[in-house]
Amino acid sequence: MTTAPAKAGWRFRQPSVIPGFGLTLGFSLAYLTLIILIPLSGLIWRSAALGWTDFWAIVTDRRTINALEISFGTAFIAAAVNVVFGTIVAWVLVRYSFPGRRIADAMVDLPFALPTAVAGIALTTLYAPNGWIGSLLTPLGIKVAYTPLGIVIALVFIGLPFVVRTVQPIMEEIDKEVEEVAATLGANRFQIISRVLLPGLAPAIVTGFALAFARGVGEYGSVIFIAGNLPFKSEIAPLLIVIRLEEYNYAAATAIAAIMLALSFVMLLVINLVQTWSRKRYG
Amino acid sequence: MEVRVANVRKEFERFPALRDVSLDIKSGELIALLGPSGSGKTTLLRLIAGLERPTRGKIFFGEEDASQKSIQERNVGFVFQHYALFRHMTVADNIGFGLKVRHGPSRPSAKEIRRRASELLNLVQLSGLEKRYPAQLSGGQRQRVALARAMAIEPAVLLLDEPFGALDAQVRRELRRWLRDIHDATGHTTVFVTHDQEEALELADRVVVMSQGRIEQVGTADEIYDTPNSPFVYGFIGESSSLPVKVEDGQVWIADRPIGLSAPHAPQGEATLFFRPHDVDLVEECNGCIAGTVAASRRVAGTRRVELEIGGERQRVEIELPVDHPAAQKTRVAFRPRRWKLFPAA
Repeated sequence: MTTAPAKAGWRFRQPSVIPGFGLTLGFSLAYLTLIILIPLSGLIWRSAALGWTDFWAIVTDRRTINALEISFGTAFIAAAVNVVFGTIVAWVLVRYSFPGRRIADAMVDLPFALPTAVAGIALTTLYAPNGWIGSLLTPLGIKVAYTPLGIVIALVFIGLPFVVRTVQPIMEEIDKEVEEVAATLGANRFQIISRVLLPGLAPAIVTGFALAFARGVGEYGSVIFIAGNLPFKSEIAPLLIVIRLEEYNYAAATAIAAIMLALSFVMLLVINLVQTWSRKRYG
Repeated sequence: MEVRVANVRKEFERFPALRDVSLDIKSGELIALLGPSGSGKTTLLRLIAGLERPTRGKIFFGEEDASQKSIQERNVGFVFQHYALFRHMTVADNIGFGLKVRHGPSRPSAKEIRRRASELLNLVQLSGLEKRYPAQLSGGQRQRVALARAMAIEPAVLLLDEPFGALDAQVRRELRRWLRDIHDATGHTTVFVTHDQEEALELADRVVVMSQGRIEQVGTADEIYDTPNSPFVYGFIGESSSLPVKVEDGQVWIADRPIGLSAPHAPQGEATLFFRPHDVDLVEECNGCIAGTVAASRRVAGTRRVELEIGGERQRVEIELPVDHPAAQKTRVAFRPRRWKLFPAA
C-alpha cells in the first residue's frame, strides 16, 4: 500500500515484464506527431516566414491584443463560473437520487454533441434584447447578446461538461467514512465540505478548469453568433483569424494563431505542473 | 464515561439489523463486540457514535440521553478499519483536525494544537512523522495516526470498527498489545468491533457475543469460553463438537446406550450435547462412554485431531489427543467429555 515518494530528476520508469512498451511508445510518438505536432509545426513554420518585425507588428496590433484579451478573459471567467456550478451539478448528480437523475446526467453531455452553431443561435435568440431572457434583462440595463457577457454565457454552455465529467468520478470515489470521521471529530457540514472534501477534489477541479478554459479559448462556432463581433469590443481571436484568412492575409492569420498557441500552451503547462505537484504530495 | 444502550432496535428498510439490544458499558472499560458478519455489531457501534439513529430505544452517555444529540455534540472518537485519514493533510494536521474545527474559547491556539499533536504522536510511537502525508505511511502507522486523531478530542468514548482488520497478522498482534497498553495508560472507555475471537478474548475486559441482531452473551473471556450460554456461543467461540442425544431418567443417552453422563436437572427428551475436543478423557473399557471408529486423523500444530464416527447414524465428532498418544493408532476410540453442556434440541 505504501508508495515511495517519486525521486526528482529525469528517468524512465522501469517498464514491467509485460511486453509492449517499445511498441506502444513508438505508436504514441508517431500518432502524436501525425495528429498534433506536424500541423502545429506547419503553423509555426508559416508564421516564421513572416519575419520577426512583421510578426511582432501583427501581434502587438491593438485589434489583435484586444481580441486576445477578450478570448482569454472570457474563457477564464467562463471556466471559473463552470468550476463553481459544474462542481455543484456533479455533487447533486453523485450524492442525491431523485426522479430524472439519469436524464439530468445525460443532459450534461449535450453541449458536447450539439453543433456549436446551433448552440450559438439558440443562445442568441434567448438573450437578444427581444428574446425571452433578453427582454427581461433589458429593463434592468443588462445587455447580454452582442457583448463580452454574451461570449461568457456561450462559453459557460460549451465548457460545463468538461468540469462535471472530470469532477464526477473523483467525487464518486470519496470515501463516506472520511466525512463520517470528520463529523465525529466535531466538524460541521460547512467545515467538512471546505476542509475535507474540496481539498480532495482540487486536482480534479483544476483539470476541469483547464479543459473548460482551453475549450473556451478555441471556441468559435457558438460565440460568433452571440458576440456581435465588434472589433475592440466583442471580437474574439479565432474570429480575427478567420477574418484575416478571408482577406487572404495568411501570414497575419498564422501569426495570431501562433501567439494563441503559445499562450495556451504556457497556461496548460502551468496547470499541469500544479497538478503534478499536488499529486506527488497527496498520493 | 459510562455508556448505556437501552432496548435499541434498528431497521434498515424494514430489515431489522438490531433487535432489542441492551448493554451497560462501565466507565474505563475495554469492551469487544464479537460476532459473524451480519450480526449487527458494527451497527451497534455506529449507533453509539451517532452515525445512525435508532429506530427505537435510547443510548445514554452517563445520565444524559445521547440519542437526541448530533454526532458532533457526542464527542466520540471513531476509528475505521480503513483508517479514513485526510489524504491532503499532514499527520500533524490530521491529528489536530478535531481541535481546529472547534469554535470560540474551546479552540486551543495553533501552538497548543501542534503541541498536542506531537504529544499524541509520541503516545502512539510515531514521533517525528508530523510532516508526513498518509500516503507515505504503512498500514499499521496509518491506523496509529487514526487512533491519535480520535484521542485528540478527549472523547467520552472511543469506538473502533475492526481496527486491525486490514493489517497483516504480525502487525495485528503487535498493535493488539499496544492498544491494551494505550488503554491502560489513558483509561478511555473503549468499544471495539471484531470478528476475530482471539483478538476479542485476549484484549477485552468483557466480550459481547452477537448473532443475528441480538446479544447472545456478555462476559469476561473466561465466562464466555468456559460457560457458553447458547449453542451459538459454544459453536462460535473456540473449537467445539456436538452430538444429538436424548435425556431420560437423568441420564444422557446416545441411541440406546447411556454414555455415563448424568444430567438430573435437564428436561427429558431430545437434546444436543456440546463439548470441547480437547476437554475429554479417554477410557479403556466402555461401560458408559462415547465410542466411535476413527474416520480421520490430522496433525494440527501440537496436537492430533481425530475424527470419530459414532453409532449407527455415523455422526462425526472431533476430539483432540496428544501427538504421541497410542489411541491415535487404534481403529476404535472410547472417551467421555470432561466438561460438557446440554441444550434442548432446536
